[in-house]
Amino acid sequence: MIKPHGGKLVNRLIKKKNIDLGGYKKFEISTNTSEDILNIANGIFSPLNGFLGNNDLNNILKDKRLEDDTPWTIPILIDFDKNDIKELKEGDTVVLTNKETGVTSLLDIEEIQDYDKKTLAQNVYKTKDENHPGVANIYNMKDKLVGGKITLYENKEREYDNYNLTPKETRFLFKEKGWNEIVAFQTRNPPHIGHEYVQKTALTFVDGLFINPIIGKKKSGDFTDDVILASYEALMKYYYPKERAVMSILRTSMKYAGPREAIHHAIMRKNFGCTHFIVGRDHAGVGDYYGPYDAHDIFSEFPDLGITPLFFRSFSRCTKCDSVVNDKICPHEQKYHVNFAGKKIRAILRDGKVPPEDMMRKEVSETILKFDKTFVE
Amino acid sequence: MEKDSKNYTTISIPTPLAKKIKERIKGTGFTSLSSYVTYVLREIISSEKEENDEAFTKEDEEKVRDRLRALGYLE
Repeated sequence: MIKPHGGKLVNRLIKKKNIDLGGYKKFEISTNTSEDILNIANGIFSPLNGFLGNNDLNNILKDKRLEDDTPWTIPILIDFDKNDIKELKEGDTVVLTNKETGVTSLLDIEEIQDYDKKTLAQNVYKTKDENHPGVANIYNMKDKLVGGKITLYENKEREYDNYNLTPKETRFLFKEKGWNEIVAFQTRNPPHIGHEYVQKTALTFVDGLFINPIIGKKKSGDFTDDVILASYEALMKYYYPKERAVMSILRTSMKYAGPREAIHHAIMRKNFGCTHFIVGRDHAGVGDYYGPYDAHDIFSEFPDLGITPLFFRSFSRCTKCDSVVNDKICPHEQKYHVNFAGKKIRAILRDGKVPPEDMMRKEVSETILKFDKTFVE
Repeated sequence: MEKDSKNYTTISIPTPLAKKIKERIKGTGFTSLSSYVTYVLREIISSEKEENDEAFTKEDEEKVRDRLRALGYLE
């Protein structure tokens, strides 16, 4: 089994009933931040055991690495209003809670720091443009960052928990299935034929496929979580060998940080026990902030990432070849190519129609059309 | 946020080797001898096998297996 990122799977979860946390100052945090806590506690963000301090943050922005040289590209931060924490100092402990996730966690304050939002945005997103959703999130952050270790005491059961496996569980599952090499596919859309082709091409060379949809806050117009999960269930039921593919969700918000986020996505899948990670065209991109293959190129900076990226270009159906192709394997002109454009498929589904079967499996389309609410409003 | 908090160290390699490397990295993405040497060393260090610290207790193993069975991941 592949070793976790940084060498050890982090576990910051302590289940204790009736623990008295009344002596600590308490903060209600955002759902996204509470999900970061869950991901730290369960080892998805290994080797992080808390929110980043100044040295790690500076290193990530400059070199895309933690202070100890471990590759890391997306800062995991917690922000506070300076007035709320004016009485707190390094060495203090606070309680963090969130109603939606039921998270109750301790944060041991190791550092309180100022930061420059524009520097943060420019380094992570390569832009200071507030129209970029990730940059907009940074500009909405409070003025102080706090670094320190977290300890998770409680979280509640939530919808889709039956699809929610921890790295400890996926690693056990892969071992039980006898899979040594596992390819991860990250998604936030229902599968079309192009996705299926990519997944099956990758699966041909490894033992198992780990379909890992991102569940959580999305943009308006994105498919709802219900639709994504049900459509994959349909595809797997009818078109995947049962002993070769599993699906489990990942609760984290999309940052739309393009290349940097591709590395972050790969690291999380490595922690789940995957040896390979599929990176498509414009992975985690938004608008035209990144080049279509920037998320491929960035991997060359990390010979020590420890998970093998599998790069795929965009796919289309060639009417001459009568099969799914990409520009590398098909000699025919563009006029013979029908693209699996997500936008096109979305528009057809929005009209309540079934997309052509050479774009999307009938069972998948029919599953999607059964939902009243297909898209995030 | 400070500008640069990273510490660097100096290592010595034979001059003829350094010359060879400088020749080799011409026209590549490597901007210096140091960036090339760093890349190669990171690659070597990461490929070294470590003991995987994943020992499950019997109780842990049963708990995980039960959950995976209940959810239909294992038969």
